[in-house]
Amino acid sequence: MNTRTQSRFGTPELLFMLSVGVLIVVVAFPMLLIFFNAFWVDGHFNVADVVRVLQRKETYEALLNSLILSGGVTVTGTIVGTFFAWLVTRTDLPFKKTMKLLFLVPFMLPAFIGALAWKMLLSPRAGYINRLFMDVLGFDGPLFDIYSYAGIILVETMYLFPFVFIQVSGALERMDPTLEESARISGADLFTITRKITIPLVLPSILSGALLIMLYSMAHFGTVAVLGVETGIYNIPVLIYEKIHQSAGSFDSIRTATVLATVLVLTAALIMWMQNRVLAKGKYQIIAGKSFRPTELKLRGLRIPMLILCIVYIGLTIVLPTVTIFLVGGLKTYGLSFTLENLTWANYNHILFEWDLTRDSIWNSISLGLASALITMFAGVIISYVIVKMKVRGKGFLEFLGMLPFSVPGSVIALGVILAWSGKFGINIYNTVWIILVAYIARYMAFSLKANSAALEQVHDSLVEAARASGASMAQALRDVVVPLVRPGMVAAFFLIFLPALRELTVSVLLYGPTTRTIGVAIYTLNEDGETVYSAALAGIALIIIVLGEVLIKRLVTQKNGA
Amino acid sequence: MAYIQLNQVTKRFGSVTAVDRMDLEIAHGECLAMLGPSGCGKTTTLRMVAGFEDLDDGEIRVGERIISSKAKRYYLPPEQRNFGMVFQAFAVWPHLTVYENVAFPLRIRNLPRAEIHARTEEALKHTNLLSVAQGSPDDLSGGGKQRVALARALAIRPDVMLLDEPLSSLDPHFREEMRFEIKDLQRRFGFSILYVTHDQSEAMALSDRILVMRSGVVQQIGTPLEVYSNPANRFVFEFIGLSCFIEAGLSPEGFHLGGTRYPWPEGATPSGEVIAAGKGLLAARPTEIDFQAEGGIRGEVLRKVYLGETIDYRVRVADTEVRIQKTRRTPGPSVGDHCGLRFTRPHWYPANQASSA
Repeated sequence: MNTRTQSRFGTPELLFMLSVGVLIVVVAFPMLLIFFNAFWVDGHFNVADVVRVLQRKETYEALLNSLILSGGVTVTGTIVGTFFAWLVTRTDLPFKKTMKLLFLVPFMLPAFIGALAWKMLLSPRAGYINRLFMDVLGFDGPLFDIYSYAGIILVETMYLFPFVFIQVSGALERMDPTLEESARISGADLFTITRKITIPLVLPSILSGALLIMLYSMAHFGTVAVLGVETGIYNIPVLIYEKIHQSAGSFDSIRTATVLATVLVLTAALIMWMQNRVLAKGKYQIIAGKSFRPTELKLRGLRIPMLILCIVYIGLTIVLPTVTIFLVGGLKTYGLSFTLENLTWANYNHILFEWDLTRDSIWNSISLGLASALITMFAGVIISYVIVKMKVRGKGFLEFLGMLPFSVPGSVIALGVILAWSGKFGINIYNTVWIILVAYIARYMAFSLKANSAALEQVHDSLVEAARASGASMAQALRDVVVPLVRPGMVAAFFLIFLPALRELTVSVLLYGPTTRTIGVAIYTLNEDGETVYSAALAGIALIIIVLGEVLIKRLVTQKNGA
Repeated sequence: MAYIQLNQVTKRFGSVTAVDRMDLEIAHGECLAMLGPSGCGKTTTLRMVAGFEDLDDGEIRVGERIISSKAKRYYLPPEQRNFGMVFQAFAVWPHLTVYENVAFPLRIRNLPRAEIHARTEEALKHTNLLSVAQGSPDDLSGGGKQRVALARALAIRPDVMLLDEPLSSLDPHFREEMRFEIKDLQRRFGFSILYVTHDQSEAMALSDRILVMRSGVVQQIGTPLEVYSNPANRFVFEFIGLSCFIEAGLSPEGFHLGGTRYPWPEGATPSGEVIAAGKGLLAARPTEIDFQAEGGIRGEVLRKVYLGETIDYRVRVADTEVRIQKTRRTPGPSVGDHCGLRFTRPHWYPANQASSA
């Protein structure tokens, strides 16, 4: 025993306290305030009031809609994701590798920009496709009304199915092919094997992907807000937004919002709990052995039709919406046809160089993204270090605090931040860019902790011990051994935060002030105000920034792996 | 009579010929082990017999029936070949119970309920799995899982059992036990076994005949004793058992090593071709070399290591090191001593033959 481990308050305890402090201020305190405001009225614990709020028509309708929408998206997204994952890993589909990459692209595209594009294409009266069918082809009514449950589910499915696709195609690729071969030699044909062996074995992956879709869709604001507003379809996040925005901070609307937020948190917690159970129960040992490549199902006559199906799907979900955004962004007035004389660069010029609102929004998003990514990256390293490497009591609590925001929907975090930092407790940063920054840090801390703890777990204690035995001090060992090995994790954390923050809407739409619009907020509000053309142009710019960012991270990551 | 027959079977992967014009016959109830270093084509051969790989040339028959033929472009799908197969990584299905795993091939065949039950129970009984039948195979050890795989293969009462390194994922002490169990089951059910392994002692213990392969080409087929005591070439000699080689100059009268001339050892004169080449390899098992004080091939002891029951010597002869193993009871020279070596069962091979190293 040396004296340092015996002293009651050394460096580990100091770091631990610091980490706990940061997480409590940023994460726990705002969350607790939500529950407090929901259940505590005039100094009393009050459940009756909560029940009354829940009995209001708008509240339970929002609940019901959230269930219908996220349920629908989960079902369709899981079917689509599983089917395409199977197609690119287990059949002789042409251009499988390319297709696999293309199916991941929708993940990069913000769903609300997709929703915007689909509104332009399929809104019942003005949508370009619907008008084509009514005006040119003589249909009586619109081909498809995107302002409907089906429309919202369709659009969300397009952008959320990769959750299942990634999980399932990964599982199928890692799966030991002899599991299927042994079924074949047992006498089962490929169809029976798919049904009785393959699908059951990847079922845990399918379910866990499905629950991710549900979690995301439940908390998703953008698509419902864009497509549901005309026909009055709203879910919980949209109702929270309306409560906060329309009623100028009246106590009743804040309370309603906190009750809704509580429901959302409980649902999310339930989904996370189910996901953990699925993952714990379904840990089949299906990865093993030397691998011959699995037998591919010969599609024969279906080979080309399946390829066409994939191309059409990718065309509809990626190409068509993207092209629409850029074209509409170039129109002189919304509603004109896409002819050369109707197109202009002026819109792009205007939003990039002339209009303060849009210029500010780009600047805000980039600086908020950078700042939150940097702060969260460094805080994440320290907290992960405490969690993974230090032997202090109560680090489980720390881990819980850090991972909490992972399952907490953005609207809830935003609401908590409003409650905490609007002056009630001495600090008022409402309507400033700082409140968004605080919310981003809380929201993305879990990403950083995941990336950094994964990297730190790779650094075995003996590496540090070897450095110490070679004569390095603890600080030198950290600097020369640990940090270089963890750097890839830090870089990953940075981009895992920077890129989503760049296109963030759910949180910032609740927190923005007159000069603190983010790109997402600017696109959304311009669209709400009927400035469809400018909204599309800005969305186009956002897409370019996002794609550039993604390409950059791919480059950096592959360089790291190559070294 | 040949039951399984491979005629001129060839398989190419890109520019690599994995199996080259292979001919092979396996009799009813015979156990044949295919032995060779990794990448020699033994697993590919097995997978062609199973039906998982097409042929680039040749054909495979079982009994009177053709099951794979390049010329006829005919391939019976694996699920219709009615073979039992056991894989290295067990490949038991973790989402089914032990019982369901074993019953799977029978259910696929839509057999009557009672028969499925009877045959499943029988297969479980013979593999000592009855007590864990309702459990998950994930709760079993490696040996237990491999037993499930064996039972599953047994359930269909196959004529042919294909075993793809079935024991190499097991702990060493399980391995020996399972060897006997497999042999026992074969005796009881009378199926033919085609067995792939890179473990020579496994091949020796289990099989009636051994096939040694290298780079897609069959080097030798024979009983374990034949292959061990009369290896067809340097590769087989080196691959099976311990070995040492001395390169020597040859002339019709005898061989010379480092300037010293020796007469042919007793009963071992190389073939005329080898002598004509002027150079050859003297091959011996380390246990088949004796020490003698006078005469013999002269060398100097470099190392002497006690390995318990045996003593391992390294003796320098001319410019090569020769390995010799003697039991600890045999008196031997000490390090630094000059000694004479007598090869009791020497073999001669052409000097340019490929090595397995």
